[in-house]
Amino acid sequence: MNCRLALVALCLVLGPVPGTAEQIGDAEQGATIFASQCKACHQIGEGAKNRVGPQLNRIFGRRAGSVPEFNYSKSMERMGSDGLTWTLTTLDAYIANPKALVSGTRMNYRGLPDPAERAALLAFLREWSDRPQDIPESEPTALKTDPDLSPEILAIKGDPDYGEYLASECQTCHQADGSDQGIPSITGWPAEDFVVAMHAYKQKLRPHPVMQMMAGRLNEEEIAALAAYFATLE
Amino acid sequence: MLNRRHFIGTGIVAGTLLTAPSVWGQAKPKVVVIGGGAGGATAARYLAKDSGGAIEVTLVEANPIYTTCFFSNLYLGGFRDFESLQHNYDKLAGGGVTVINDTATGVDAAARTVTLAAGQVLPYDRLVLSPGIDFRDGSVPGWSLEQHAEIMPHAYKAGPQTQLLKKMVEEMPEGSVFAMIAPPNPYRCPPGPYERISMVAHVLKQKNPTAKILVADPKDKFSKQALFEEGWQKHYPGMVEWIGSEFGGGNVEVRPEAMEVVIDGEVTKVACCNVIPGQMAGKIAAIAGVTDDKGWAPVDPFSMKSKADPNIWVLGDASAQGDMPKSGFSANSQAKVAAMMIRGELTGSKTFPARYSNTCWSLLDTDDGVKIGASYEPTEEKIASVESFVSQTGEDAALRKATYEESLGWYAGITADMFG
Repeated sequence: MNCRLALVALCLVLGPVPGTAEQIGDAEQGATIFASQCKACHQIGEGAKNRVGPQLNRIFGRRAGSVPEFNYSKSMERMGSDGLTWTLTTLDAYIANPKALVSGTRMNYRGLPDPAERAALLAFLREWSDRPQDIPESEPTALKTDPDLSPEILAIKGDPDYGEYLASECQTCHQADGSDQGIPSITGWPAEDFVVAMHAYKQKLRPHPVMQMMAGRLNEEEIAALAAYFATLE
Repeated sequence: MLNRRHFIGTGIVAGTLLTAPSVWGQAKPKVVVIGGGAGGATAARYLAKDSGGAIEVTLVEANPIYTTCFFSNLYLGGFRDFESLQHNYDKLAGGGVTVINDTATGVDAAARTVTLAAGQVLPYDRLVLSPGIDFRDGSVPGWSLEQHAEIMPHAYKAGPQTQLLKKMVEEMPEGSVFAMIAPPNPYRCPPGPYERISMVAHVLKQKNPTAKILVADPKDKFSKQALFEEGWQKHYPGMVEWIGSEFGGGNVEVRPEAMEVVIDGEVTKVACCNVIPGQMAGKIAAIAGVTDDKGWAPVDPFSMKSKADPNIWVLGDASAQGDMPKSGFSANSQAKVAAMMIRGELTGSKTFPARYSNTCWSLLDTDDGVKIGASYEPTEEKIASVESFVSQTGEDAALRKATYEESLGWYAGITADMFG
């Protein structure tokens, strides 16, 4: 009986589908925006070719000014060689106001001021870039939940079962028995050291990309729960 | 009329439960897991371990000794011996999982039973399918699994096929050609074919340095491409020719009897040919009726539960979940979510928001390792990539060596996580 009541209570707290990532934007609306704002100069989709502007297939993850056989402005070429790569963030800034990012761009466009419309357009453009299933390192397709703000996560703080579930993600690489060949042991690590190290990864002070990503999706309570869990493992 | 008991019951049904499991009666609820790889072994182990014996877990796996497909390229390159890829199920059995070495041949979704090749019938409350891949016959003109796998091996399910391919590479005459027919998307282990090219090149560089490697690819781009191309240029200059779809790499025919490969009309005599065909979910998924018209099994992004049958979960390569690559790491990650959700349904244990992640390491040459990775979150539509990273070109040797050593640590870690 207790068990059943707990389950009902948990359903009420968590709702049926907690932990949902936010979509970039409304891709259907984005298609409409593309047709009215971009299509006169840019092609996208199957068989897209360079016109007044470069074709936009696979723009996500691409270096600025790098579509073969397209005649870019000097300004765009310079930004490309300086390292400008098209991501959600850089494309959003460029579409908001092209000259903010590339002063001498030939893209004669005033900019799209509404953030929701830009998000919709970006969601549409993303559909024509690499699929993460095939190219896992390609740009994300949804927006990360902020672990420090997620109400579903904050509601389950201090739960030892949750600590154990979180730890299962660590144990794909860090062995519970404390072996440390190639990957350091975190078993029996003092909780304080654990917390400090995870925060250093979260702030990207420590350089390891896998750990930056893992720590980046944990909030303070989750880090504390993990520290407590691994400190007591023998 | 609803009494209070009934009311609580339906409340639970609306939340999570669809078929009342036997936990509400006397018998222990039963989970049958089909496939003892990264998805199935992990799911079985976590279900048994975390339910503390409250769930009866049966694992059905054809091979008493499992050979991991991940790291099998390192065996091809001479960096690991074959035995190091092999694992038994003794610890899982010791941990409360009933292990049956047989092949599942039938699923009766209405009766909730699985039939095995030997005739045994296993009832289940929840069924976990983690069968990996099967090959699409006819996807490479001139090649069929039954007739040609011994002449032009696929080596894309680890085992005797991997050993055969290694032997063939080592016996290639001086200055001859190794060809790979790379698979179309989606397929198991996106960087796998290209790590394999690196490993074959590593062997040929020592034993047969005038040999050539030809890759015919129906794709125009692949994972870690810049890293692989830089590595091939650096370690094996002039040896590897990659023909992408733009140059006819998808217009291919193989002639196993003549040991010829025809790429965009051009015939090449080859000494060894690795045909990696197009893929689909392992066939038990189709038998269970949970696959779509593309041959993969759509699942709910929040739980890995099949969209076609509320009592069936599908893990790993066989599932169609969205952005996660088909990899051992992905399957292991998905299995932990599935095990938690299944326990929630069967024993009322707590469930938490699903967390998914993946990292894939590849070896380019001795001590030259690279990696990609991403984290994922469910959305209504799919499991979506929310953050990703990739090793950079031009990294120094110390970092590349550390990355390789990390991959060894990961192998030890994930196999301990799967098999106990």
